[in-house]
Amino acid sequence: MKAKSKFAAVPYLVWMLIFILVPLGMVIFFGFTTTGGEFTFDNFTGIVKYAHVFWKSIYLSVIATLICLVLGFPLGFLMSRMSEVGQRTMLMLIMLPMWMSFLLRTYGWMTLLENEGLINKFLELFGIGPFTMINTQGAVVLGMVYNYLPFAIMPLHSIMVKIDKSVIEAAQDLGANGFHVLIKVLIPLSIPGIITAITMVFVPSVSTFIISRMLGGGQNMLIGDLIEQQFLGSVYNPNVGSSMSLILMVIILIIMGIINHFDDEEMEGMLV
Amino acid sequence: MEHASIELKNIFVDFDNDRILDNVSLSVKDGDFVTLLGPSGCGKTTTLRIIAGFVQPDKGDVYFDGKRINDLPAYKRPVNTVFQRYALFPHLNVFDNVAFGLKIQKVPKAEIKERVLRMLEIVDLKGYERRRIQKLSGGQQQRVAIARALVNNPKVLLLDEPLGALDLKLRKDMQIELMDIHKKTGVTFIYVTHDQEEALTMSDMVVVMKDGVIQQQGRPEDIYNEPKNAFVADFIGESNIFDATMLEDYKVSFCGQTFECLDAGFGTNKPVDVVIRPEDIDLVEPEKAVLTGVVDSVVFKGVHYEMNIQCGGLFWLVHSTKCQPVGTKVGLDFGPDDIHIMKRLFDGDRNFVKGEVTGEDTITFMDVEFTREGLGLPEGTPVRLTISPKDIEVVSTDHADLTVYLESLIYKGDYNELIVYTHEQSLLLHSYLDQQVATDIGIKFHTENILVEAIPQEEVSGDEG
Repeated sequence: MKAKSKFAAVPYLVWMLIFILVPLGMVIFFGFTTTGGEFTFDNFTGIVKYAHVFWKSIYLSVIATLICLVLGFPLGFLMSRMSEVGQRTMLMLIMLPMWMSFLLRTYGWMTLLENEGLINKFLELFGIGPFTMINTQGAVVLGMVYNYLPFAIMPLHSIMVKIDKSVIEAAQDLGANGFHVLIKVLIPLSIPGIITAITMVFVPSVSTFIISRMLGGGQNMLIGDLIEQQFLGSVYNPNVGSSMSLILMVIILIIMGIINHFDDEEMEGMLV
Repeated sequence: MEHASIELKNIFVDFDNDRILDNVSLSVKDGDFVTLLGPSGCGKTTTLRIIAGFVQPDKGDVYFDGKRINDLPAYKRPVNTVFQRYALFPHLNVFDNVAFGLKIQKVPKAEIKERVLRMLEIVDLKGYERRRIQKLSGGQQQRVAIARALVNNPKVLLLDEPLGALDLKLRKDMQIELMDIHKKTGVTFIYVTHDQEEALTMSDMVVVMKDGVIQQQGRPEDIYNEPKNAFVADFIGESNIFDATMLEDYKVSFCGQTFECLDAGFGTNKPVDVVIRPEDIDLVEPEKAVLTGVVDSVVFKGVHYEMNIQCGGLFWLVHSTKCQPVGTKVGLDFGPDDIHIMKRLFDGDRNFVKGEVTGEDTITFMDVEFTREGLGLPEGTPVRLTISPKDIEVVSTDHADLTVYLESLIYKGDYNELIVYTHEQSLLLHSYLDQQVATDIGIKFHTENILVEAIPQEEVSGDEG
């Protein structure tokens, strides 16, 4: 059996080698070399002038992640208390937009948010507006929340269905009002789901380029756009692009590390 | 301290059109150990949840120390609960689980520590403060749950089958420990269980429930010695329950003989149930007793022998420390005070059902249709059908005339007496098969034996008037 199960992993191992490890090696190689193939640190030192882009990416992604948590937590909890059928229906509804193309969905928001878009036209009926909504940071955050909210709800819901109703009742029985139940029972017991939700929203948000380009216009360039320019745009410099990708990777790793560490400490803190 | 600490008055609860609690009234004295006892689905846990504040009664009032607390949310009630599966907080250790309630009340830290440690000492878990909940055995988790509830000094402790998940040996130990804690703390305990032995052992007062109705409440001894009806007698301890006829006051006839008894007020020639506890029957020389029988089987039960004795067409259960071998002829002896008479659960000994002639020689009742040759009654005539309990057979639901809800099943020495409920009325039937109570079963009528009588016209119009 052992030999067999090892054998079963071979296709994936080959896949991983060809499509993950080799490209990663190539990114590292390009990041540390010039176009001529000589070793250099210049690619990295040159990125300093884009620091504000990195900062903005992280800033907007953090906001989007927080909004997703605030929206997803209560919804996930309400869903976890529904009947089986209710839960399945809700999950279906939440995943429904994901059956449509990501591009199409974002285009949809463009037509809604435009200066001559549906929302402004609607507000005009009441004599309000028009508001500038497209090409703002808010529009970018909205795009992130809209596209990645399902990825926050699903892990929160799946961890919350495991919270026994009687544990919540026990807390109430011991004098906990709604707020105490939330702070002392629901949130601590949902931490693994919260961590997954943060990861699932933050990582794609921080590296997105379509959302920022379509909803943020030219003014709201993010890391993703910057990297894309290096490979497909007018600048064309794969070496700098590779080093940017590496830095983004390191940033994500550091942030995830901090969050996971925070989680461990939280747990230990609770165990006195 | 003779006032009631918890009082329920005429509580009704419905879920999805099912009546869960039907006019439950209960008064619990301060400091008492009260047990709600009954089979699963009898409403005992719902009663507890009403006191805890997790269920709102549809009708009726809950009083605590004379104050109505219907509208007080669970977290404000001065009661604490030990849940069926403990419901400990998995993210907290033993100390923090127990300290949960005190921290919410913002009790000073030093006092929390003192009270938690003292409580852990009471439940014999000293030194376990920092243990994770998952690392504890079932019995230890149980004791954490008790400590977590008791540390808040509740006026009333509610326990929902707290020992259900433990093995027998641990149960017995925990029973003694719980009684000990009850004595030490003086807190009122309201305890829910389906285990009659547990109830009799631990309580000051036992409340027997069935189908959302309190059947009997009283001291364990009284309930055991003077069960109010055949259900209570059957549920509490082992008993011989037979059909009998109350000839007149203090005179009852069963097993082909007439006996003196201490009961009166049932009327004359009324069908009743008679209950005799197996340990109240003495085995004597055959010639010295009114009833004689033959030992059918013997089982050794540790302290006593349990013997099944065939006598007068009935099987008698007898407990005795002296063994009589199988096949021995014995006499059964018992005194008037050992005979307990109770009202039948089902009124009468036959079923009376209304039907209608729906065609030539065809009668319909309860959606069942049957033909009777030479009936000779015109269509539309209302008829009264008399159905003997023996003429209703229990069959699988796909071959059944009717699907009915089995309300009660009691062994009557030879056959099981079943009371079933159609959506129109209750029916009494006899069966040799065992069935699960509180489920739907199928029944089939032996229509050829049904007695059909036309209802006289004036009676019909009288009904309508």
